[in-house]
Amino acid sequence: MSEFSTKGYLDMELLRFTTAGSVDDGKSTLIGRLLYDSKSIFEDQLEAVKRASIRRGNEHIDLALLTDGLRAEREQGITIDVAYRYFATPKRKFIIADTPGHIQYTRNMVTGASTANAAIILIDARNGVTEQTCRHSYIASLLQIPHVIICINKMDLVGYNQQVYERIRQEFNNFADKLKLREVTYVPISALHGDNVVDASLNMPWYKGGTLRHVLEHIEIGNDHNLEDPRFPVQHVIRPLSDEYHDYRGYAGRVAGGFFRPGDKVTVLPSMLSSTIKSIDIYNETLDEAWPPMSVTFSLEDDIDISRGDMLVKPGNLPLITQDIEVMMCWMNDKPLQINGKYAVKHTTRDVRCIIQEVKYKVNVNTLEQIPGDHTVGLNDIACVRLRTTKPLFVDPYNVNRRTGALIIIDEATNNTVGVGMVTTNQLLNGG
Amino acid sequence: MKHKFTLTHLEELEYESIYVIREVAAQFERPVLLFSGGKDSIVMTHLAVKAFWPGKLPFPLLHIDTGHNFLETIVYRDNLVKKLGAQLIVGSVQESIDTGRVIEEKGATASRNILQTTTLLDTIEKYKFDAAMGGGRRDEEKARAKERFFSHRDEFGQWDPKNQRPELWNIFNGRKNQGEHFRVFPISNWTEMDVWQYIMKEKIELPEIYFTHQREVFNRDGVWLAKAPFMTLKDNEHYETRTVRCRTIGDISCTGLTLSTANTIEEIIDEIAATRVTERGGRADDMRSEAAMEDRKKEGYF
Repeated sequence: MSEFSTKGYLDMELLRFTTAGSVDDGKSTLIGRLLYDSKSIFEDQLEAVKRASIRRGNEHIDLALLTDGLRAEREQGITIDVAYRYFATPKRKFIIADTPGHIQYTRNMVTGASTANAAIILIDARNGVTEQTCRHSYIASLLQIPHVIICINKMDLVGYNQQVYERIRQEFNNFADKLKLREVTYVPISALHGDNVVDASLNMPWYKGGTLRHVLEHIEIGNDHNLEDPRFPVQHVIRPLSDEYHDYRGYAGRVAGGFFRPGDKVTVLPSMLSSTIKSIDIYNETLDEAWPPMSVTFSLEDDIDISRGDMLVKPGNLPLITQDIEVMMCWMNDKPLQINGKYAVKHTTRDVRCIIQEVKYKVNVNTLEQIPGDHTVGLNDIACVRLRTTKPLFVDPYNVNRRTGALIIIDEATNNTVGVGMVTTNQLLNGG
Repeated sequence: MKHKFTLTHLEELEYESIYVIREVAAQFERPVLLFSGGKDSIVMTHLAVKAFWPGKLPFPLLHIDTGHNFLETIVYRDNLVKKLGAQLIVGSVQESIDTGRVIEEKGATASRNILQTTTLLDTIEKYKFDAAMGGGRRDEEKARAKERFFSHRDEFGQWDPKNQRPELWNIFNGRKNQGEHFRVFPISNWTEMDVWQYIMKEKIELPEIYFTHQREVFNRDGVWLAKAPFMTLKDNEHYETRTVRCRTIGDISCTGLTLSTANTIEEIIDEIAATRVTERGGRADDMRSEAAMEDRKKEGYF
């Protein structure tokens, strides 16, 4: 019978996590194990994978075939894109953003990391901390994933040796000092045999921590959003113009930071006009409070001009209002970033244009070192870039707020999203 | 004790979907919501109503009608449209056949499922829709697992899975050229279980065929299909009466029925929690090949 009771399921939390890695790391095996042991793989899916494995002449069931969804991926035996997988335990529902781990897929890893609460980074116990570990950890820190879980995998191949685990743990710890990781947890596992994935390992009695599934189920995610700085980007203005709601004017949006209550004074950006929240509505309910990432509708006491792209904040706690912005940029397109080039920008619900003023430096994602003298920013490169926008944006540093600190860059000729930026803490005061 | 500012997973999914639907209304000039009468599009419609309350839906509903419907679905559709005061547009596959846009498949396994694509693209072109919201979910099928929330379609309505736009955070890029459109999937991150739990939580009304009933059916390749005037039996097949319900609703010719006595949402949820086959496991249209869904989607299918 099922582990889910009808009632219990309604109280579950949602955890989004990312996994980066290649088949060699045992990533697919690990995901397969989490899904399989959580009974989230269905018989017909398993049958399809079995059939495909046999057709390919594989000896074992290749669980990677479960996640590789596109024809080209199956043909080439690689993961090209981000695949989203879903499973639930009696405690939580999980969304996995499964991404390929090689350097040429940095942009996919960045994409998967952008919405994650947690990152699983796999280290092969035989190899210890490698360039790939470094790259994956850097991306986790750059994208400010709140929780990082280091899975030291293939413990079976090192005789489940505690010294190996401790040594790698120390090695990673030394290296992680350079990064701004918020919280790191270590789990020694064997994805192949299932040690410490869902069930506690009998082979590693010296390990007193939780299994990977236990860690995923118990990570504290209540504080992942910014609750200090109230931010409400206006998404859409609702004006029913019906007999019943003749004068209703609602500002629809998703809370991007802090909390709002009816009666709170608010300041509207960029007009700097003030008003007071009259009600917070969602459907036919009126709420006492709204916090991130709730989608709600505010009505205000005063009839003032507010439209999409404006932001409601609280007096005394303003974001940076600026046209000159420094970002860490990950480039997502074959065509390199054009210095002095003009691009469209989307930031929260606001659309502006920008000019790229300067590439300050590029980062070697394997060593975290700055690359001096090279200002060519191509596909998968990460660089510190300064841009100037046509109109002010209302930004916070990305490490303070992942929603108001993020923007995307669009090529106006192709309409493609070509770059993504994270606002740094190094902003000129009153810039612009 | 739970942190004060946490949300349940259903709340989080709901807020995400509402955000996406509002984004569609804000970024596009002529959006439309694809309504099939199935539970996913019913949930999507419910979310859209919530997103714009107390305003009315700022876009019409579009039903691509294969002419091979369960009658209950059409009754439900018409009642809902009336209740919401929404605008309904119907794209008729029969009309596409009559005007020679498509040719009906022949033989016992003939289905109008693939023909819908032409009708859908023709209707999108006729009304100049620039965004069509669908109830597709990433957990349904492996090609869908790679789908974006905002999925670009070229001027031929085609999807290029290898060249999709990066989609990060909750910033959605709906920019396009003249003649191109977007498919948007607001409930991408929901699982079948989430949809049912949400239906229970929100007390959403469903077409009766989702619940157990007696029906004349026949078994084809392990799948139970409903008796209908346009279905032809093969030699080894015969009609029998069984106690069934629909787990998904599509065109009658390819919608497998589940043997079930579940009569309430709670019973359905228990049944799904215990079940070991995916909901699309009963869809004859997906069994045609390993990449059947990917191929249909590239051409412009839902």
